Amino acid sequence: MSERLAIELEGIDKRFGAVHANKDIHLKVAKGSIHGIVGENGAGKSTLMSILYGFYHADGGEIRVDGKTVTIASSQAAIALGIGMVHQHFMLVENFTVLENVILGAEGGARLGAGIGRARAELKRLAADYDLKVDPDAVTGDLPVGLQQRVEILKALFRGADVLILDEPTGVLTPPEADHLFRILRVLRDEGKTVLLITHKLREIMAVTDEVSVMRRGEIVATRETSKTSMGELAELMVGRRVLLEVEKTPAQPGAPLLTVEGLNVRDGRGVEVVKDVSFQVRAGEIVGIAGVSGNGQSELLEAIAGIRPARSGIVTIDGTRVDLAAARRDPAEIRSYGLAHVPEDRHRMGLVTRFHEYENAILGYHRDPAYGRGAFLDLDAIRDTARAEIEKYDIRPPDCFLKTANFSGGNQQKIVLAREIERDPAVLLVGQPTRGVDIGAIEFIHKRLVALRDAGKAVLLVSVELDEVRALADRVLVMFDGRVVGERAPETAESELGLLMAGAVQEAAE
Amino acid sequence: MSLLTWKSWLGGAAMLLASSAGLSAEPALVYSVGGKFDGSFNEAAYRGAERFAAETGESYRDFEIARDAESLQALRNFARRGADPVVAIGFNQASAVSGAAADFPDANFAIVDMVVDAPNVRSVVFREHEGAYIAGLLAAMASKTGTIGFVGGMDIPIIRRFLCGYREGAASVSGDVRVIFNMAGDTPAAFADPARGAELARSQIARGADVIIQAAGGTGIGVLQAVADAGKLGIGTDSNQNGLHPGHMLTSIRKRIDTAVYANFMDARAGAWTPGVQELGLKEGGMDWVLDADNRALVTSAMEAAARAAEAGIAQGRLSVHDTMRDGECPL
Amino acid sequence: MMAGQMPRWADYILMPAINVAAAFFVSGLVVLAIGENPFDAVRILVWGAFGWNEGIGFTLFYATNFIFTGLAVAVAFHASLFNIGGEGQAYVGGLGVALACLALDRFVPWWVTMPLAVAGAAAFGAAWAYIPAVLQAKRGSHVVITTIMFNFIAASLMVYLLVNVMAKEGSMQPETRTFEDGGRLPLLDTILPGVDFGSAPANLSFVIALLACLFTWVLIWRTRLGYEIRTFGANQTAAVYAGISPVRITIVTMLISGGLAGMMAVNEIMGSQHRLLIEFVSGYGFVGIAVALMGRSHPLGIVFAAILFGMLYQGGAELAFEMPAITRDMIVVIQALVILFAGALEHMFRPTLIKLFGILSAPASRAA
Repeated sequence: MSERLAIELEGIDKRFGAVHANKDIHLKVAKGSIHGIVGENGAGKSTLMSILYGFYHADGGEIRVDGKTVTIASSQAAIALGIGMVHQHFMLVENFTVLENVILGAEGGARLGAGIGRARAELKRLAADYDLKVDPDAVTGDLPVGLQQRVEILKALFRGADVLILDEPTGVLTPPEADHLFRILRVLRDEGKTVLLITHKLREIMAVTDEVSVMRRGEIVATRETSKTSMGELAELMVGRRVLLEVEKTPAQPGAPLLTVEGLNVRDGRGVEVVKDVSFQVRAGEIVGIAGVSGNGQSELLEAIAGIRPARSGIVTIDGTRVDLAAARRDPAEIRSYGLAHVPEDRHRMGLVTRFHEYENAILGYHRDPAYGRGAFLDLDAIRDTARAEIEKYDIRPPDCFLKTANFSGGNQQKIVLAREIERDPAVLLVGQPTRGVDIGAIEFIHKRLVALRDAGKAVLLVSVELDEVRALADRVLVMFDGRVVGERAPETAESELGLLMAGAVQEAAE
Repeated sequence: MSLLTWKSWLGGAAMLLASSAGLSAEPALVYSVGGKFDGSFNEAAYRGAERFAAETGESYRDFEIARDAESLQALRNFARRGADPVVAIGFNQASAVSGAAADFPDANFAIVDMVVDAPNVRSVVFREHEGAYIAGLLAAMASKTGTIGFVGGMDIPIIRRFLCGYREGAASVSGDVRVIFNMAGDTPAAFADPARGAELARSQIARGADVIIQAAGGTGIGVLQAVADAGKLGIGTDSNQNGLHPGHMLTSIRKRIDTAVYANFMDARAGAWTPGVQELGLKEGGMDWVLDADNRALVTSAMEAAARAAEAGIAQGRLSVHDTMRDGECPL
Repeated sequence: MMAGQMPRWADYILMPAINVAAAFFVSGLVVLAIGENPFDAVRILVWGAFGWNEGIGFTLFYATNFIFTGLAVAVAFHASLFNIGGEGQAYVGGLGVALACLALDRFVPWWVTMPLAVAGAAAFGAAWAYIPAVLQAKRGSHVVITTIMFNFIAASLMVYLLVNVMAKEGSMQPETRTFEDGGRLPLLDTILPGVDFGSAPANLSFVIALLACLFTWVLIWRTRLGYEIRTFGANQTAAVYAGISPVRITIVTMLISGGLAGMMAVNEIMGSQHRLLIEFVSGYGFVGIAVALMGRSHPLGIVFAAILFGMLYQGGAELAFEMPAITRDMIVVIQALVILFAGALEHMFRPTLIKLFGILSAPASRAA
C-alpha cells in the first residue's frame, strides 16, 4: 500500500487471566480515513482501543504511529502522540463550563488566566474549522448529550489529536444528533484527521466509514473496504460461522402453548425502551430461538419474563398461570413456582454464587423448597445428595460437591446451572447463551440436554448470539432488533437473510 | 514453649510485680476517664499532688483509667500495695470506691465530687453553684449589652446546677439580664471539642452576649479563644484561666480540687486523716474567684464590692444559692 | 489444592497469629523507644490478663462485650452490610435491659428477669438498627452513614432520658437507681465451682455470649435465612435471580445485627454496673468491627479475637499500672496496631504466605 498509515498494529495480544481479549491483532489505519471497527459486545474492541490509548498495556505486539514504533504507557503518552479518545461515557465535569472542561488537564501553566484566553481563541478556530459550534461559557451539565459529545471531541482536538477514537458514539444520541456527528466526522476526515469508529451498529458503518474491520472473540476476522461489502456480510462475520456439531433431533411435535408473552414493554435503568411490544408463544415440545446481535433487548426480555427486571407492561402465561409482569410485586420466586426455570445469560453475575461450595449453588433459587430442609433449617445431607446426583447425571467435573464453584471450569459451571434448572422438571425453560465460554465437549452435552427437555414435552425459549446455535437447536427462530421481534423464520433460513434481519436492514411486522 | 517454661516465664512477671509492690505508704491518685492533663479537674488534682510532692519531697503514685471498669482494679491494686490514702477523682468512680472500701476495710479512700458512705472513705464535694453565682453577678455587671452567655459541656445535672447558680447571680444584679446558654453535645467529646466551643461562643456573641462563661472542660478553651478574638469577656472555670487571654478574662471560678487532694495527702502524712463528708463552698475556700494582675483592670471597685458582699452573704448563710440537686428545678 | 490457596487452618489460625505477632513486634519497638523493656512489657501484659484469677475474670468480662459486638458486625458482613452502629445499638440496648430490671428487680429473682432483659436488649438494639436498615433497603441511604449518625442520636437520646426521665432523685450522676438482686446476673465464679475471679465482673453473660455464637453459626450456615443472607452478601444479582428480596434481607439482617449488639448491654448493665448510666458502651461497638474482621466473621474466630482484645484491655490496664512510663495512651497505640495489622493490613502477609504454601505443597502433590 502506498498510502501513509496513521496507525499500525502488529500482533497485539492481551489476556485478562483466562480471557484472551485480543489475539494477535493486525490492523492498518490509513491517514485521513474513517475506519470502522465492528463486533459484538465482548469481542475485544474496547480492549484494543484501550491499548491504543494507553489504558492497558499489551502482552505482546507492536504499535506504530505515523510509521514510528512507540510504547504507549499512559493516556498522556497517547495524547502526546496525537491520539485522542471520546469515551462512551463522557469524562466531563458537569458543573464546569465548556471552556473549563476543554482545558481541564491542559491548563497550560500555573496561571489560569493566560491559558483560558488562548483556549478561547483556539476553541473559536476549531469551531470554525470543523463545524463544532458550542457556547464555551455554557455549563456542561445543562447541554444536551449531543453537545456534550462535541465537547469531548473538542477536548481531544484541543490537545492536538490527529487520530480520534470514538467508542460507541451514537449509543446516547438521537438520530438527528447522530447524523450531525457523522457530518462532523466527515469534515474531520477531509481536514486530514484520522477517525477510528467503534460500534456494533452496522448502519453507521455503512453510512460513514471508508474501511471496516470486524472483530470476533478477540480477533480481527476481516477487513473490508466499506463500498465493497454489505450489511449482511458484516453481520455474518460478526456473529461468526462456527463449525458446530450437528445436533441430532427429530422434528418437533409441538403441543399446547406453555409460555405466552403478550405486549411486553421494558425500560432499562435510564428509562430507554429496550423491549418494545413483544408478543410470542412457546408450545410444549418446541424450542423457540431468539436470534439477534447482542444488545437488542434479548437479555432484558429474558429477565423480564423471569420476574427479575420490572416490565412497563406485559402479561405472561406460564403453564396456564397468568402473571401481570407490570404488577408492583413481581418476584422471581413466585414466577419460578409456576413452573418456569431460567438459565441466565451470565452465570457468574447471576446464575451462580462463585464463592459458594458447589452444593450450595445446586439449590440457588430453590433453597425454600421443602425437600432441602425442615422449617427454617437447611437439610445439608439432602442438599448434598441432590448435588451429587446432579454431578453424576451431568458429568460435572471434578465430581466434588464441596469444591468452591469458582474453581470449576466454565463448561462445568454452566452444567451446574443447567442441572439445577432442568432437574426441577419445569414446564418452561428460559436459556440465555447456554454455551458462552463453554468448551466443545460441554456444548454438545448441553445441546443434547436441551433437546431432551423439548422431547419430554417442555417449552424451551433459547436466546443466543451464536446464530449457528440458534439455527441448530431451535424449531422456530424469532429475530430481535432494537427491542422488537422483527421477524420469524424457520431455522433452515439462509444465514444471509437472518443476518439482514438481525442488522435491522429489513423491518417487518411480527406475526 | 513448653508448659514449664511458660509457667516460669509468667512467674517472672509475677516476681516483677511483687518487687514493685513494696509496702510503701505513699499516697495514690486515680484520675477519672478524662485523663491527667484534661486542663480541668483531673489536672487540678494532679497539681495538688505535685504540690504535696514538692513540699514534702515524698513521692506518690497515680493512674489514669481508660474506662470506668478499670477504676475498681486500680483502687484495689493501690490498696493492696498499702497506698494511703487512695484518692479517686470524679463521681464515676463512686461505686468502685465503695466496692474497694468494702474489700479493704483497713485502707483509707477518698473520693472527690461524690459522697460514698463508708467508714473508711472521705467524700469531698463542692458547692459549685456558689462559685457560679459570683460569676453570674460579675458577668451581669460587666455586660454592656445586658446579655451574657454560658457554654456547658453536656446537659447533665452537675452542669445544670452550675448554670442555675450563674443565672441566679445574674438575676441578682438586674431582672433584665438575659442569659443565653448552650450545651456542646451528648457524648464525653462535648468536654473536649474546642472548635465546637468556639462555634457556640461566636453564635452567642452574634446574639448579643458580651460576657461568656465556659463550663465545658477542653471545649471551654475554644469558648475563651473565640471570646477573646471577638474582643469580649470570658470567664474561666475549675482552675485559674485568667492567664490564657489577659485583658479578655473577667475572672476564673476555681474549684479547689488541688487543695482537696493536697489536704488528703497531707492529713494522712500527719496521721490526721479522717473519714466523713466534706462539703466545700465559698466559705471553706473550696470555691473561689480569681482577681489577679491579668484581670485587675476589668473588675471595677463596684463589681469587686458586690462580689465580696455576695461572698460574705453566702458564707454567713444570709444568702442561699439554689442547689438544683437538693432543691429541685432551677426557679429561673 | 488449587493454586493460590492456603489450607483452611492457615487462613483461620496462622494468618491472624502472624498479624498479631507483627503488631506486637511493632509495639515492642514503641515500648523500646520510650525506654522500657519490651519483653517485660509483654510478660506483664500476658500475666495481667491470664496469670491470675481476677485478671482472667476481667479478660472474660471484656471479651463478653466484644463477642456480642463482633457477632453483630459479622452477621451484617455476611450480607455485605457494614453496620458500624454497634455503639449506638448497644447503648439503646441498655435501655431495654434497664427497663426490665427496674420493673422486676424488687419482685422476682434474677433468673426471671434475665430472659426479659436479654429480650429487651435485643429488641431495643434491633429497633435502633431498623431505621438505618429501612433507609438502606428502600432509599439506598448507605448504612455506614446512617448507622454512624444513629450512634450520635443514641447518645443524645440516652443523655436526655438519663438526665430528665430516668435519673434517680438528687444524684449528680446521670444514672438510674441501682438494681436490687433481682436485676443482677450472678457472677461467673459463683456458678462455676472452684473458680474465684476475685472482684472481676465476669458474669453469666459470658455464657449467653457463647450461646449467641452458637446461634449465629446455626443461623448463617444451617438455616434458609442464613443461606439467603450469604447469597445476598456474595452476589446481589444472583440473590435477586434466586428470588431473595434485597429489601427483606437487608432489614432482617440489620435487625439481627442490631439485636446482637444490643445484647452487649446485658453484660455491662445487668452483669456489672447494675444500673443504667451514660457512656457505658465506651467504644466496644467500634472494637467489634476489628473483632469481626480478625475473626473472619466466624463465631469461633470471633470468640478468639474477643479474648485477644479482652486480653489487651485487661493486660493493658495492668501494664499501664505496673509501668508508669507506659501510659494508657500507649495501650491504645498497641490496640490500634493490632487492629491495623489484623484489619487494615490483612493482606500484607497473605501473598507471601500463599507463595510459601505453593512451594511447600508442590513437591507434596507431585509425590501424591
